[in-house]
Amino acid sequence: MSTSTIIRFENVTKQYDNDAAVLDNVSFEMERGKFYTLLGPSGCGKTTILRLISGLVEASHGKIYINDKLVNDVPANKRQVNTVFQDYALFPHLNVFENVAFGLRVKKLKNADIQKKVQEALRFVNLEAYENREISEMSGGQRQRVAIARAIVNEPEVLLLDEPLSALDLKLRTEMQYELRELQRRLGITFVFVTHDQEEALAMSDEIFVINKGKIQQRGVPTDIYDEPINRFVADFIGESNIIQGKMLRDFVVQFDGKEFECVDQGFNPNESVEVVIRPEDLEITTKEKGHLKVKVDSQLFRGVHYEICGYDENGNEWIVHSTKKAVVGEEIGLYFEPEAIHVMRLGETEEEFDARLEAYDDQGVENGN
Amino acid sequence: METRSRNLYLIPYVLWIALFVITPILLIVYYSFIDIHGNFSLINYQKFFTPVYLKMTLSSFWYAFLITAFTLIVAYPTAFLLTKTKYKHLWLLLIIVPSWINLLLKAYAFLGIFGTFGFANAMLEVFGIGTKQILFTDFSFIFVSVYIFIPFMILPIFNALDKLNPTFVDASRDLGASGWTTFWKVIVPLTIDGVKSGCQVVFIPALSLFMLTRLIAGNRVITLGTAVEQHFLVTQDWGMGSTIAVFLVIIMAVIMFFTGNRKRGL
Ligand SMILES: Nc1ncnc2c1ncn2[C@@H]1O[C@H](COP(=O)(O)OP(=O)(O)OP(=O)(O)O)[C@@H](O)[C@H]1O
Ligand SMILES: [Mg+2]
Repeated sequence: MSTSTIIRFENVTKQYDNDAAVLDNVSFEMERGKFYTLLGPSGCGKTTILRLISGLVEASHGKIYINDKLVNDVPANKRQVNTVFQDYALFPHLNVFENVAFGLRVKKLKNADIQKKVQEALRFVNLEAYENREISEMSGGQRQRVAIARAIVNEPEVLLLDEPLSALDLKLRTEMQYELRELQRRLGITFVFVTHDQEEALAMSDEIFVINKGKIQQRGVPTDIYDEPINRFVADFIGESNIIQGKMLRDFVVQFDGKEFECVDQGFNPNESVEVVIRPEDLEITTKEKGHLKVKVDSQLFRGVHYEICGYDENGNEWIVHSTKKAVVGEEIGLYFEPEAIHVMRLGETEEEFDARLEAYDDQGVENGN
Repeated sequence: METRSRNLYLIPYVLWIALFVITPILLIVYYSFIDIHGNFSLINYQKFFTPVYLKMTLSSFWYAFLITAFTLIVAYPTAFLLTKTKYKHLWLLLIIVPSWINLLLKAYAFLGIFGTFGFANAMLEVFGIGTKQILFTDFSFIFVSVYIFIPFMILPIFNALDKLNPTFVDASRDLGASGWTTFWKVIVPLTIDGVKSGCQVVFIPALSLFMLTRLIAGNRVITLGTAVEQHFLVTQDWGMGSTIAVFLVIIMAVIMFFTGNRKRGL
């Protein structure tokens, strides 16, 4: 509720005609001038959150604040928010200039001002020379930039971007990721960016909201989300993971695959059932003798930067390893990992409980240090 | 091989067009150069450019314009509301169904409704306005024509509205436009092709109406359509009738050309 808060959701629920809730009691705050990403699988409610912010749909329950003002009853055309739509929604009956000028004409600005602002916005997205083009004559990447220009020319406080890069090819997409991030820094306004591509989310965001089935599973800076996934869904969705059942014997000791391992996690009940995550790139291939685990290589794929090796241990658990070293299919190898590579997840832990636990042992860590 | 079999399929179509479209038009053009005594002459064309026929042409245009305009005014909002209803295709069907009933039957029904002792006058009586001459007026002619043409106007407009991507409306709202501005600046321009087709299918037949004109407007309204009928059936001046028909064909072609849908990207 600080002055830097720009968007606040309080227990917002959205249902369409008595169906199951598309968004289920969601609360969050977003700060001014940051780049937020909503990340989640198709149909999880990302677009719905954007439409609630922009005012194109109404919340069934709960309160939405923009700039500390309750906006539940403020129609879309009266909100200081603009959207870059999933399919851009550029008006086909207007040329590039008129598309960008649309919002200004609606506000009845003077023609000279419109001219100036539109040119400025087009320069911002490197499209000065395209004013008189028809939309149908623009490429996918250019259309996307027109859509951005059309939104930012209105000087919104929040820019909502609904999977703006999903229609572009890989190279252009990477280029646009840099451009968007750069644009956000230059404008200094809040971006709420939607994607279902986890790499994109990790690369671009100040903060990520991982969403599944209408609930925010976890929010945090990219490294936290990646390193400390709260549950199986997040671990699986953000990057590839090896997830295995285990038991937390006591603080700093976890048991899985029939063995005990040193780890850095604490704050669990003795002998609590947990899930253990180890990222494929944290596994190191060594000899059978040196490895913590013995794995028989089942298949191997060359992925460019690394090999993706898939194998099974004695207990039949599958292990995926990313390694720059080659393995031989059918051979037994050892897998080594550091205690820091082990992430222990409590079953069914909510975000609040998770944060509280992390905080608790951060404090403890400080005490221990004294 | 493939093109040859495709050409084979085309034969019935080509035959049909040749027999029932090209031949009649050629015959009409031929007859338009024959005067009432059966000699070849340009007299019919000279006659067409006299005030009598020019006035008739103008008045045909005027009536066709009024009919199209009123049909559009009724049809667009109706089609718009239809697309917002839950069972839109069912409602559309209900509106289309009356157009399957024979035109003549509907015209006769209106004779009954608008007649001196009909329903309309009975209502006027109830409201204390008193019996009026409704039949054989401009009003009744345009009213009945509009009634008859409405489904033909609604259909293309409904299709255009139904195809309109709703995110364009969202985008307009998002950019600050009110519902009214969105309607005029986004919805109407993006469905204008439907409006054009609707106007075409109403204006062109309305230009050559004759049966409805006769039944509902009596001899109050004389249009090119009624003139053609007169010449063929009453005065037996087939040449003059054909000449008017030639002009009707030319006018229609011009209208088609100017209201034709240009292809647009996206
Ligand atoms: N107008 C609507 N009426 C009924 N259900 C809807 C409507 N709009 C969305 N939904 C449902 O709400 C859920 C969430 O939709 P939403 O568009 O927010 O998903 P999303 O996360 O943006 O997915 P995607 O990545 O595919 O765009 C979906 O199950 C969808 O079917
Ligand atoms: Mg979506």
